[in-house]
Amino acid sequence: MNAKALVIALLLPLMANAQGFAGLGSDSAGFSVPAPNPTFDFPRDHGPHDDYRIEWWYVTANLRSADGTAYGLQWTLFRSALAPTGGAGWAAPQLWMGHAAVTTPTDHYVSERLARGGIGQAGVTADPFSAWIDDWQMTGDMDALQMTASSPDFTYDMTMTADGPLVFHGDNGFSVKSAAGQASYYYSQPFYDISGTLSLPDGDFAVTGTAWLDREWSSQPLADNQTGWDWFSLSFDDGAKMMGFRLQQTDGQNYTSATWIAPDGTATAFPNGAFTAAPLMTHTTANRDIPVRWHVQLPEKGVNVIVDAINPDAWMTTSVPYWEGPVRVTGSHTGHGYLEMTGYE
Amino acid sequence: MTRATLQALLSHWWRNPLQLFTLLAGLALATALWSGVQAVNAEARASYRAAAATLGEGQYDRLGRRDGQPMDQATYITLRRAGWLVSPVVQGRLNGVRIVGIDPLTAPAGIGPVRLTQGADIADFLVGNGPLFANAATAGRLPDLQITITPDIAPGSAITDIGAAQRLLGKPGQIDSLIVAPVQPRERPDLADIAPQLVRQSAQGGSDIGRLTDSFHLNLTAFGLLSFAVGIFIVNGAIGLAFEQRRPVVRTLRALGLPLRRLIVLMAAELMFFALIAGGVGVMLGYVIAALLLPDVAATLRGLYGADVSGTLQLRPVWWLSGLAIALGGTAIAASGALWKMSRMPLLASAQPRALAMAAGQGAVMQGAAAALLLVIALILALTADGLIAGFALLGALLIGAALALPIILDRVLAATSARAKSITAQWFWADTRQQLPGLSLALMALLLAMAANVGVSTMVSSFRLTFTAFLDQRLASELYVSAQDATQAQAIIAYATPRVDAVLPIQSVETQIAGLQTEVFGARDHRTYRDNWTFLNAAPDLWDTTFAGQTILINEQLSRRANLRIGDTVPLQSQTLTIAGVYGDYGNPIGQALISEDLFAGLYPTVTPQRFGLRMDRSKVGDFVTRMAADIGIPASQTINQAGIKAFSLGVFDRTFTVTTALNVLTLAVAGFAILMSLLTLASMRVPQLAPAWAMGMTRAQLGRLELLRAVLLAMLTASLALPLGLGLAWALLAVVNVAAFGWQLPMYLFPADYARLGLFALIAAALAALWPAWRLARTPPADLLKVFSNER
Repeated sequence: MNAKALVIALLLPLMANAQGFAGLGSDSAGFSVPAPNPTFDFPRDHGPHDDYRIEWWYVTANLRSADGTAYGLQWTLFRSALAPTGGAGWAAPQLWMGHAAVTTPTDHYVSERLARGGIGQAGVTADPFSAWIDDWQMTGDMDALQMTASSPDFTYDMTMTADGPLVFHGDNGFSVKSAAGQASYYYSQPFYDISGTLSLPDGDFAVTGTAWLDREWSSQPLADNQTGWDWFSLSFDDGAKMMGFRLQQTDGQNYTSATWIAPDGTATAFPNGAFTAAPLMTHTTANRDIPVRWHVQLPEKGVNVIVDAINPDAWMTTSVPYWEGPVRVTGSHTGHGYLEMTGYE
Repeated sequence: MTRATLQALLSHWWRNPLQLFTLLAGLALATALWSGVQAVNAEARASYRAAAATLGEGQYDRLGRRDGQPMDQATYITLRRAGWLVSPVVQGRLNGVRIVGIDPLTAPAGIGPVRLTQGADIADFLVGNGPLFANAATAGRLPDLQITITPDIAPGSAITDIGAAQRLLGKPGQIDSLIVAPVQPRERPDLADIAPQLVRQSAQGGSDIGRLTDSFHLNLTAFGLLSFAVGIFIVNGAIGLAFEQRRPVVRTLRALGLPLRRLIVLMAAELMFFALIAGGVGVMLGYVIAALLLPDVAATLRGLYGADVSGTLQLRPVWWLSGLAIALGGTAIAASGALWKMSRMPLLASAQPRALAMAAGQGAVMQGAAAALLLVIALILALTADGLIAGFALLGALLIGAALALPIILDRVLAATSARAKSITAQWFWADTRQQLPGLSLALMALLLAMAANVGVSTMVSSFRLTFTAFLDQRLASELYVSAQDATQAQAIIAYATPRVDAVLPIQSVETQIAGLQTEVFGARDHRTYRDNWTFLNAAPDLWDTTFAGQTILINEQLSRRANLRIGDTVPLQSQTLTIAGVYGDYGNPIGQALISEDLFAGLYPTVTPQRFGLRMDRSKVGDFVTRMAADIGIPASQTINQAGIKAFSLGVFDRTFTVTTALNVLTLAVAGFAILMSLLTLASMRVPQLAPAWAMGMTRAQLGRLELLRAVLLAMLTASLALPLGLGLAWALLAVVNVAAFGWQLPMYLFPADYARLGLFALIAAALAALWPAWRLARTPPADLLKVFSNER
């Protein structure tokens, strides 16, 4: 195993098999730990929280070109701290990782960047808001953002405008992840209108659609017995939205959580068990069997839908691999969204 | 039967221990020189491979500042933020160890220490507390630092995180070079727009140590091969003699019913057994030779090419095996002729021992034809060869052809001299010498090859040294070089230096394309520094006048050869078309280069301002000037390069090279001297019947002994006189054919008569020393032995 692979394994414990990072689940080793009843302070909290072990700025978007082709887009910046405090410059303990992807019905393009904090190569500032790694960046304020990324295969340049309020998951942004009490701070801006240009190997495409930004930070993200997760962000055609996740446990049980978001942005949190997601069909990609059709239910809101991957091969060939791609929703509600699946080693 | 046969065969060696010793020693020496040289080469190449594996050297393009100075860390961030996928490297030396700092997050996969096994180590590594990674020998040179022993790291290098390296080397915020990832994003700005001070160096270009050092290893290999050839001549002589002497035994054994096939198998097996013993001894001797040479070789490589090579030798199974293989192969080659002859020998052929090839006849005609054919091939190749393979074929044909021709030429010369001899003694001496020639010819061939190799290789090395030092004089004509970090500093340097020195010569360049080839174009100020010092391979009249008038351009040899551009051709440069007025040698530079006048340069590239300056001043004032400039305008000594220092360093490097070359010269001559000694000793016993009549007719034994000595010296002298042109031919082939094919530039050939005279003297001394003992033995031959010749019926 070379140095880089190890760095990466360290960098994103949440996305790797949690079994391999037994210490991380419970031992916060001097880092701050999320506590119930948080009070957020914006714009400061849009910026980084270096005293927490991990944090991310996570954008997914469902797009269409003029000819009606569906595209998915991802822009993610992860922060991982080696220590809660430390030196400056190269010795700063903050590491950054960027993932960018574009999914078409037939292709999936992925790129990854890594950087040290402390030297200016990557970072986030809250006011004015700017998140960057190398030439990838997301700047503006939370209501209007400019977002770019590039790779050998693709580039994109997008403008996002918020058409609704921030949404806080769990208990006012305190999102519990396990019966043992592991939790994170978690809020979203799911109401972005997005437009811009995708440059792909087969040409440039003007696209428009909707985007969803997740902000989450924590120091003890998963319980020891949790191995991965399936995360859904769905936007229904009637204007309502739903976030739901299912954490897989080694005992065969799941821990689920969901947030129902009314068209006006009013959020309702649902505890473990209210939301269910069951795989209906798997697809072999990258030598793994990945569920690409799901039966998703939230009975209290009358949700009983089938979620289908638009491109079942949306496998992220990043240092820590996972599946992430756009989905189509049919059934009691229709719409689109994004699906992320980790732990399928 | 087999056992009895073996006993009979081996008894020959028992009775002729000297012959056995010749066989074993010749083979062992040949193997030793060959495997010693191979060991040195293998060790160096292993070091390059380790460097390539752990440091990515020669695998990736790199960016560095035009002036070779470190860049600001901000430049790295600027490039990353513009979409350039580059990874920073900082390096320097600490206690002679090369410290390399890398950023594992951005470095291409596979670069860096590969034995990090615990996550905690990584975290430490990244936050700058972590250890250095080095092999055990290197770790010993950094006693105060925390080192993780990692055998894979290149010798003499230690790798650590860039942050830790910057701190250790006292280079905070500085980066020496940037590794360019092979795959880059679709869209990103041109380097010239975001970091004009940087140049991109191709992986295939200057940084590939393997290619750069090839010429050095080529020299060593040529030496090893020639020494081996010389050794094989000795072995061939010993085996041939033994076979001739064993004819009666062979006849008797076959008459007793031993099948020919089994006899040949047994004799071959016997020789292979000797080859294994001698090969084993040879490999051990080779190890000793390599271990003695390696520190000098390592120092040379480091000085010449900046390549770190382990100074200690590791036992590698591969050259144990290759040493034994070459000993077996060499024996097989040396013995095949003798075995083939025996297989065709009639059952009851005369058992009369005939010393080796005494019957010249048809053999000499064949040999002469082969020699003529090879020399014609060599001549044709000399006129046409333009590749590396053809170059080596030329070397091979020339050397073997000349060696085969040697006995024939010597025979003719002796015949001619003999015809002119007046006195009886002289006539006898010449005739006797001529008669002895076949028995000595193999040893003389060995001497010829050894001397030719010495002449050739030392001519090449000395020519290289002379050319390179002249080149340094030309390129480093200014007494002091100063680099500015920015335009303000550049102005300050000009303002400060102008009134204090004889001349300030700005050094400015841009990288562009000429005839589709990457070329660095320099703008030079009209000054006698250029007019006095530069030498040209091809020059038009008044080239400096026309060039400084902005009408013509001067190009280096690489550009001339690769783009097939000659004097009088025109090349476009921006808006201008310029005529080529001169081609200059530019040794060691991988890319094209051109020179135009300062004014023309300023017109064509108005945005480029000079940041380096050559200062002309009295040599003795340099040190003082540097000190005062640091005090007066804050330009530190680290931004200056003292010409004298560079030259002293370069010459030191060459002296190391000469140590290696001289050591190998002495060894090959020793091998040749040994061959002569062994031939004379084996001939001595057979010579008694020939000398007895001369003694009986009144010559004293002392006289005979002196004549023996004289004969050896005379033959060596004749051989040496033939070795000189052969060696010069060899040098020419190395410089004009092999070097051009391998590196794209031709080294001019210089002659070194004093060296050749000294070498000739050494050869005579070697021959005289070799003949001394046989001559002394002859002088002390008991008269009874000489008398016996007449009593025996022969």
